[in-house]
Amino acid sequence: MSEQATTAASGPKVKKFMFVNRKAPYGTIYALESLEVVLITATFDQDVSLVFMDDGVYQLVKGQQTKGIGIKNFSPSYRALEGYDIEKLYVDRASLDQRGLSEADLLVPVEVLDDQQMGELMAQQDVVLSF
Amino acid sequence: MLHIINKSPFDTNALDSCLRMAQPGQAVLLIEDAVYAATQGSALTERMRQAAAKVSLFVLQPDLDARGMGTKVQDGITPVDYAGFVDLVEKYPTSQSWL
Amino acid sequence: MKFGILVNEGPYTHQASDSAYQFVVAALAKGHTIQRVFFYHDGVNNATRLTEPPQDDRHIVNRWSALAAEHKLDLVVCVAAALRRGIKDEVLAPGFRISGLGQLVDSGIKADRLVTFGD
Repeated sequence: MSEQATTAASGPKVKKFMFVNRKAPYGTIYALESLEVVLITATFDQDVSLVFMDDGVYQLVKGQQTKGIGIKNFSPSYRALEGYDIEKLYVDRASLDQRGLSEADLLVPVEVLDDQQMGELMAQQDVVLSF
Repeated sequence: MLHIINKSPFDTNALDSCLRMAQPGQAVLLIEDAVYAATQGSALTERMRQAAAKVSLFVLQPDLDARGMGTKVQDGITPVDYAGFVDLVEKYPTSQSWL
Repeated sequence: MKFGILVNEGPYTHQASDSAYQFVVAALAKGHTIQRVFFYHDGVNNATRLTEPPQDDRHIVNRWSALAAEHKLDLVVCVAAALRRGIKDEVLAPGFRISGLGQLVDSGIKADRLVTFGD
């Protein structure tokens, strides 16, 4: 059962929003357009977490150079999240391992979670958005 | 949490990832092409049987019927119609669609 | 209960829009309220009045327009996603309006439940 949404002092409701990213960047638009929702959600002062799992972990890989495919490189936006107070980025350990990746390969600091931890985190959310 | 899966388990790993993360007492609803995961005698039958011990499993009957699989639902998975789908969303405070 | 609905895919190519529609119909029949249906990614293509599907199958766009009219639904198309895909005011089907992503976040905050239909 997710926790009840809290109410900020005398302001509007604060809910726990989780954004689940499971798709690789560039092959489809979901990574980019989901980031756009995250940035907007930041302006609503909600409690935002981002999860990267399965091919979603590829969104965070360093050194993306997109000139050759003629698509805008949007990976710098992940580094800009911190400036929007979005600092809760979680990555699924099994997904990293399966893809031969480690935290050192990623362009932002993340917290790596195992299945149990990730499942528990998801269970705490009020709103979960997938793209 | 109500987990909603819409892709065939033979096509993507959405069901797999979902079952890894699902916590005891939660529910999983199979819709659209994911309903194939609810059918008897497939490579997934045992996996689904094990999942049923941890979470409540549901399948959208209209999607099964559309695919000619209406009479092949595995034991331990409860068919629901769209009204039942609505009830599930109402019952569980949060839903997560594994796209 | 108030439901928010997110539709991430366009008509026909994926079942998402159909599933969302059937869900909304069932929810309304049970006396629930639909706070908003938000169309994102290719979902914005559900809002164009230019579709001409074959007559012997459902008309997805018109179906949404009719449901919106009957139940006063708020069908919102994301402006950024719409512009990317050439969906503009001049091609909008009845019942749809173009607005910002904030409307999706607003649904997440105000609705009791938010259900996503996508690929």
